[in-house]
Amino acid sequence: MTEVIEFRDAIRDALDEELARDERVVFFGEDVAEAGGVFAVTGGLREKHGPERVFDTPISELAITGAAFGSAVCGLRPVIEIMFGDFLGLSMDSIVNQAAKFFYISAEQASVPLVVRSAVGAGGRFGAIHSQLPANWFINVPGLKIVAPSFPGDAKALLKASIRDENPVLFLEHKRLYAMKGPGGEGKEVAELGRARVVRAGTDVTLVSAMKGTHDCLAAAERLTGAGIDAEVIDLRTLRPLDADALLSSLARTHRLVVVEEGPLTGGWAGEVVALLAEHGLHDIDDIWRLATPDHPIPYSPPLEDAFLPGPEAIAASVTERLGSTNGAVGEPMYSPAS
Amino acid sequence: MTGAPANHAATDPVSEPGAELDRDEALALYRRMLLIRRFEDTVQSLFLRGEIHGTTHLYSGQEAVAVGVCSVLEANDRVAGTYRGHGHALALGVEPQGLLDELLGRETGVCRGRAGSMNVVDLKHRLIGCFGIVGGSIAAATGAALALKRRDGVAVAFFGDGATNHGYFHECLNFAKVLALPVLYVCENNLYGEFTPWEDVTAGQIRERAQTLQIPAATIDGNDVAVVRRAAGEAVSRARAGGGPEFIEALTYRFVGHSRSDPGKYRKPGELEAWRERDPLRRAREVLVEGLGASPDSVAQVEADVAAEIEEVTDRALAAPFPQPGAVREFAP
Repeated sequence: MTEVIEFRDAIRDALDEELARDERVVFFGEDVAEAGGVFAVTGGLREKHGPERVFDTPISELAITGAAFGSAVCGLRPVIEIMFGDFLGLSMDSIVNQAAKFFYISAEQASVPLVVRSAVGAGGRFGAIHSQLPANWFINVPGLKIVAPSFPGDAKALLKASIRDENPVLFLEHKRLYAMKGPGGEGKEVAELGRARVVRAGTDVTLVSAMKGTHDCLAAAERLTGAGIDAEVIDLRTLRPLDADALLSSLARTHRLVVVEEGPLTGGWAGEVVALLAEHGLHDIDDIWRLATPDHPIPYSPPLEDAFLPGPEAIAASVTERLGSTNGAVGEPMYSPAS
Repeated sequence: MTGAPANHAATDPVSEPGAELDRDEALALYRRMLLIRRFEDTVQSLFLRGEIHGTTHLYSGQEAVAVGVCSVLEANDRVAGTYRGHGHALALGVEPQGLLDELLGRETGVCRGRAGSMNVVDLKHRLIGCFGIVGGSIAAATGAALALKRRDGVAVAFFGDGATNHGYFHECLNFAKVLALPVLYVCENNLYGEFTPWEDVTAGQIRERAQTLQIPAATIDGNDVAVVRRAAGEAVSRARAGGGPEFIEALTYRFVGHSRSDPGKYRKPGELEAWRERDPLRRAREVLVEGLGASPDSVAQVEADVAAEIEEVTDRALAAPFPQPGAVREFAP
């Protein structure tokens, strides 16, 4: 029987094990060593692996991310923490222009094995600029992988895989999942990046999501059983690259699919999933749609933030409505884009 | 420094001219600088003929900086250059053939035509990249130093005066200082950030920005290769010994526009001519012949050799194959 662990401990264990396994792995960021991270994820790592390999940095995202790139090109395997995903705008040049393009424009002289960990997501009353889930800022960057775990065991196995990957990986950790408990895996398990997982089998409709959205979809699926709807739930686990095979085979079973994204509707990865399925699975589609957050900033006030986020109730209501309506009719999106 | 044009005078170089070199060293440095100058002349002419695409940023006039700095580096050291990087690459020993082939977009280029003028990488020759975003080289070298620290290597960042107003500059110098990273920051102050005079957009003195962080910093005559070599040698030794980051502001001047689209209208009257008097090649040649007693024939032989090499490289580059369109996805992740 596998041990039950907290999501945050799964992250720390993955770092711990990879630091122990490979001396090229280093880990640095703001408040990660002495303080153990603002989300209490990385405590004890410096004491165990030494201050040369686990250390605090100035509040300097440009320098932190640039240092990750430069050290990766010269033989280290850096893992950095960007405290909140919202700060990734500051890291963009090193991620997009330096790390992600290096392998191609150098004609394969070297790969850039680095991991950018970052805490993302709303629901914590952090307001507009500490709550975003900025995967889409990076979704169209070739050369970059984007990993977005939903469960503690997966978080550990996916982070280990990310650290061992030869290319840059953006590893997103949803703040609302840090305290979640679940099976921790067998310890040495390493996941394969780019593979989704069916976390609930069903026949009537497929709910696709990632991170906290996966849990909302599972809860929605439970509600839907009351309405006689048997929903399948797919946990994407990796947002780039998307697992086209898993998505297409589920669509072929259920013919109805909703993508639930915590993030603005316009230009989001949910749209990418829908485009992929429309291109390659058109004949399997009875209905396909997106549920995302509206195209305006994330509000602070609790009732407003709760109204902003797609939760299990909204997901279940949307599915009931779409499946109840005539197939092929164009339904209203759950959240209309802001004008 | 004597004879510095007025708009550099404020920076008050603290180094002394006339650093000593032996004749063989001086000849090797002169040859390398000449190779860069002739290479850039060729790039300019090929560009005007439409053989080089997009844009180019030539290093003509600044040769002493890259050649002087790179002449003191060792096998474990690494360099990050800029989009004005042909000189940085050649100073490190990147093959002129591979570099010119790259600029012409040929399959035989050092990055097989995938990079182009602004983004050259040649890890074999210690060049971790040329960076097309101003300040990017500062970040890359800072990170490189984190890795090189483990093997007694030193990282070097070349960047221009314009980059000192960039966030990368301020963040990375502080980062390197508090972590005591072995990195040499070389600011090539060529008076202009693109088309704009540096003093119009830069508060205070560049060197003092490093000094405020307690990083050892010197402003030197960047057109005297012996001065550059000595300053870099001292700085690199201190960094290698664990002294943390070092900073050099090298005063220099580009004889050409910022890029191919720049007619250089912003230059002050007489400025270019004044700097031509201080041409690093001319000065290195004078030192060789007059100071070190090299025979004019031996210097002329080097000049003929370089001219012949560049001619041969140019002919081969023009005959080299382009990549096949079908290979566009090769190296894609």
